Amino acid sequence: MSFLTVLFACMFYAATALLVIGLFFKIRSYARTPAPLKIPTTPAPITKTGVVLRMTREVTMFESLFKSNKWIWLFGYLFHAALLLVILRHLRYFTEPVWFWVDIVQPFGIYAGFAMVAGLGGLWARRFLVDRVRYISTPSDHLILALLVAIGITGLGMKFVAHTDIIAVKEFMLGLMLFDLKPLPADPVLLVHLTLVALLMTIFPISKLLHAPGVFFSPTRNQTDDSRDRRHLSAWAAKLESGAESRSEA
Amino acid sequence: MAAPTFEVPKLTGNIDIPAIRPGATAHVKSFPAAAPIQEALGFPGQLVEDWHDKAIAKMGDLLDRYRSLRVFMDACVHCGACTDKCHYFIGTADPKNMPVARQELMRSVYRRHFTFAGKYFPSLVGAKDLTEETLQDWYTYYYQCSQCRRCSVYCPYGIDTAEVTMAGREILDTVGIGQKYTNEILSKLHRIGNNLGLPGPALADTLEGLEEDILDATGVPVKLPLDAEDAEIMLVTPSADFFSEPHVESLIGYAKVFHAAGVKWTLSTKASEAGNFGMFIGSYENMRRAAMRIRDAALDLGVKRIVVGECGHAWRVAYSFWNTLTGVGHGGTDPFSQQLQKQLDPNYPAPQHICEYTYDLIQHGKLRFDKSLNDHRVVTFHDSCNVARGSRMGNMPGGQFVIPREVIKAVVNNFHDMAEETIGEGTYCCGGGGGLLSDDLMEVRVKGALPRMEAFNNVVQDKQVNFLALICAICKAQFTKVIPYYGFDMSMVGGVHQLVSTAILLDVPEESAEESEASDD
Repeated sequence: MSFLTVLFACMFYAATALLVIGLFFKIRSYARTPAPLKIPTTPAPITKTGVVLRMTREVTMFESLFKSNKWIWLFGYLFHAALLLVILRHLRYFTEPVWFWVDIVQPFGIYAGFAMVAGLGGLWARRFLVDRVRYISTPSDHLILALLVAIGITGLGMKFVAHTDIIAVKEFMLGLMLFDLKPLPADPVLLVHLTLVALLMTIFPISKLLHAPGVFFSPTRNQTDDSRDRRHLSAWAAKLESGAESRSEA
Repeated sequence: MAAPTFEVPKLTGNIDIPAIRPGATAHVKSFPAAAPIQEALGFPGQLVEDWHDKAIAKMGDLLDRYRSLRVFMDACVHCGACTDKCHYFIGTADPKNMPVARQELMRSVYRRHFTFAGKYFPSLVGAKDLTEETLQDWYTYYYQCSQCRRCSVYCPYGIDTAEVTMAGREILDTVGIGQKYTNEILSKLHRIGNNLGLPGPALADTLEGLEEDILDATGVPVKLPLDAEDAEIMLVTPSADFFSEPHVESLIGYAKVFHAAGVKWTLSTKASEAGNFGMFIGSYENMRRAAMRIRDAALDLGVKRIVVGECGHAWRVAYSFWNTLTGVGHGGTDPFSQQLQKQLDPNYPAPQHICEYTYDLIQHGKLRFDKSLNDHRVVTFHDSCNVARGSRMGNMPGGQFVIPREVIKAVVNNFHDMAEETIGEGTYCCGGGGGLLSDDLMEVRVKGALPRMEAFNNVVQDKQVNFLALICAICKAQFTKVIPYYGFDMSMVGGVHQLVSTAILLDVPEESAEESEASDD
């Protein structure tokens, strides 16, 4: 087994571990931190079903962003929807036989690569062109965009410019999942692509990419507007109700 | 009105997004609270020696107690969706008044002390140490936020800057930096029972005077009972309603509605304040302490219903938080809340907004109006931020927009809404909410009112509107003071129940019938 194969295998195991463990702890901290007060941004749904629908619209349509700014919505939606298609298409490298619906996605997924890079380009352009967005942009904002664009371009490069040995790559990935290492082709574009993906996985739980799990825990979006009909009390707030403090002092 | 020391924005007919001007309002700072005021709220009197460690420890404490803060610190992607949504940014062009930049003042410290990336790669992710300068920046810009939640409507993750500035103010208070205006008022509320510091006998005197005024004006003996033990309804209203113009006109309106309904109602000395500035400083303990007065008054008086007067942030606290804080509501299963909830009438929402109350009576045909008595008025309605985005009225989402308008339409013939994107959930704050209704902040108050003034001016020009109807004590005080800067007369500002008061028809007792005149102005 080549050093390269072992190196990349270790890199992916490490990246996966960091992603899963990091996200586990982050999500656990979101779930365990109480929301002591009812703070849905109103008008808000008055039933749990309504909240599920609101959250579904938020994560599938980016409803609030659509209300806010059509350009950010356009570029943001283009990027996220395209990324989803690209990821689904990539499932073919991790499954044997390939699931039938992944085959259906395949042609869309290929061209979604371009849409993804275009959306990222639009978002990145705003960081230079709009003075307000320029003001709030940090180096990491640019670097994350650079990372995603580089992943997209190396991916497109392998598909449309210089093909890599994709059969071998798939064998490597399937082997990786069964802890049975198979050789990874030493194609520089592929190696850059894979390195950047591992980097993206690694920084996910320690960066603003946490917006993905975060939105589900956002109290302004996931709370039901029923404060007059149900008493909502967190554990630490309930402690204030014992003994001496159960009446005002005046 | 004294000549302003700053440039008042010109109305252009459009709400324009300005180019950023860094530091434009860095000089606008509210007066700090003196030591006795701070200590009355349980905070240190001045900046404590170990302020750095105390502040970081408090931030850690709040991150553990508030999911909102924890998630909001992580989730922002700097997309820019909120950058043009704050009325203070639109009016001042100071980039630190963009919601994301305001949050970033805290987020940069959060990253430095609580995240891996910020600890090891601070400059990469914009993490910063907490310095005294940062604290001063917090003080300046966290008191240039009215906590109106407009940004939270437009954020793809629902990040609410109010949650951040509340936490920021709580941290500042904890290390000894408080704001005079908010904390002084809150300490008065704790000590005396209302924001004005109005003691019981003075309140009784005022109410008696109002009863005489109403009798003189209408010939009807409308009562404003205080601490009446046989009352079914307790009205809790902002104390500004007892003294300030135009607030008092709405108080007269509520009294006339109760009179017409023939219900036994009362005000309470102990609960003589609906406002609760504890929310503004993010202090759960102080907010609870203030709200406990309402619970105690309700228990002492044995009332079945609690109605809340025209006040925006008070209605948010009442609607969204009272059940949690004090058990004023329904559905509690613990002994603490049951003690009160067994007493409250389950057929009515608890608490109930005065607009909900009046609307119900109108729906049931219990009130009679002569709308033409309001014909000298052409009315528009300003949705108050806390009512619009932090509460509800009625039994359907958005009832807070429908019900006050329905009440207005029942009592006036001429009503026109302002532009759609400036009302409802997208309403612009008056510019004086969240603890900013202080003269030392006049520059940001006037500039922050700009988007609302543009929308108002457009209906004044196009529809000849001459009355801005409000359901918030802070909005009333703010607009009365600020609209003259934009060339409007302060008499254009008033309450929804002021309009009700003008049009309502009451039965005049026979002996005084000949002197009656149904008018309030």
